[in-house]
Amino acid sequence: MTKPMDEMTWQEVEPGGVISEPGCASSYHTGTWRSEKPIYKEEICIRCQRCFIMCPDASITPDFEKNRMVWNYDYCKGCGICAYECPVNAIEMVQEGE
Amino acid sequence: MGKKVGIEVSIAAAEAVGLCDVDVVAAYPITPQTHVVEHLSELVASGDLDAEFVPVESEHSAMSVCCGSSAVGARTFTATAAQGLALMAEIVYIASSMRLPMVMFLSNRALSAPLSIWNDHSDTMMVRDSGWIQVFCENGQEVYDAIFHSFRVSEDPKVSLPVMINVDGFNLTHVIEPIEFWDKEMVKAYLPPFRPLSKLHPDKVLSMGAFGMPEIYAEQKQAHDVALTSSTPVILQGWDEMAKLTGRKYSAVETYRAEDAETLIFAMGSICETSTIAVDKMREQGKSVGLVKLRLWRPLPMGDLRKLLAKAKDVVVLDRSIALGAANAPVTSEMRALMYHEPQRPKIHCMIAGIGGRDVTPDDVVKMVNMALSEKDYEYHIYGVRG
Repeated sequence: MTKPMDEMTWQEVEPGGVISEPGCASSYHTGTWRSEKPIYKEEICIRCQRCFIMCPDASITPDFEKNRMVWNYDYCKGCGICAYECPVNAIEMVQEGE
Repeated sequence: MGKKVGIEVSIAAAEAVGLCDVDVVAAYPITPQTHVVEHLSELVASGDLDAEFVPVESEHSAMSVCCGSSAVGARTFTATAAQGLALMAEIVYIASSMRLPMVMFLSNRALSAPLSIWNDHSDTMMVRDSGWIQVFCENGQEVYDAIFHSFRVSEDPKVSLPVMINVDGFNLTHVIEPIEFWDKEMVKAYLPPFRPLSKLHPDKVLSMGAFGMPEIYAEQKQAHDVALTSSTPVILQGWDEMAKLTGRKYSAVETYRAEDAETLIFAMGSICETSTIAVDKMREQGKSVGLVKLRLWRPLPMGDLRKLLAKAKDVVVLDRSIALGAANAPVTSEMRALMYHEPQRPKIHCMIAGIGGRDVTPDDVVKMVNMALSEKDYEYHIYGVRG
């Protein structure tokens, strides 16, 4: 996209809303929808990677060099599935902005 | 110049679509549109027309097929009426919002219930705000010529919008008229090949029909509205070029004995011909009455209409549908809104006429004008309703 969506004028939108640049959905950060944020407690985590498997937005990935899980907050919508599935309560959901 | 043929209007319209060398026809048969698609399927079956005829299972599918075929750059046509249009309505809005060129022949018919197969304008008024270019036809020749004009306007890259041709069911679709045909050379000179603004093709990947967040929806709607309202020059140019080819000159608004008229009848579609006879009768009686015939309903030619209506003392709108519980019937409401801020404005009366196929004769038009001019209120009235 040439411009962020919320800055485009009506003269700049493509006729009929055509998306001429494929794959541009990644430029839209769905993480802005989040009202609760998952906080990772590395010292409790047993590295089972269940959160990685369950995350519906592929926003959690294992970092094998650092031996820990990593969150991508650009796309994490804060659904809380990771915290629910974690067998050792190593993920805590906290209100955004706290 | 083409030859003159005595022919049913629906068959002539289908012949015109064939002459335009349409690529895809997707339609579901429904009275009174049936003869149009029947004849097109015959043209395809006999090999006279090299096109895909898609016998869909519903009108919702018909319009969906049309969106798909237009999106890949195929010249696209469909036809429907009343309940068919109602079932299509969801995709009707999508076709125009996605700026997909196509032509729809709408044989105007009353909406159920009670179930009616006869003519009025309630079907088209249901989708008047859908962002299509919408024209009305007064006679068979206009219907035939409108097919060529509509494809030309719809596919013009400056426009790229679908066009709806309103044809009064039975009153026009099923009558036999002498119609002057076009030949292939005329069509070739008039209608260039379809070159879409953008199309689905593996060589250049793009997405159509993406969702719009609150951040972008309003901008898309504004762009669509501007595209529709600024299509007028292309529409007018299409009629000018046609006049050079055929000698028949069309315009957005036409008048009949209206120059000095104190009272103007305002009408759309086949009732205009009836009204011209009524105007002659009233002129013979020494009454100052004229007629305004609106061909281009969307985009509404607001400047032309304001100039014409401002000169009259009274305007009697012959509305062909009822807007239940509204301030007034659709066309009357619009004319009142149009004139509200004008320093000089006529009284605008509403006569709802010929709904559900009730016959309207020239004498009825005379009576409606007299009723309107003597009315004490300015509400809407269904002419001829018993009780």
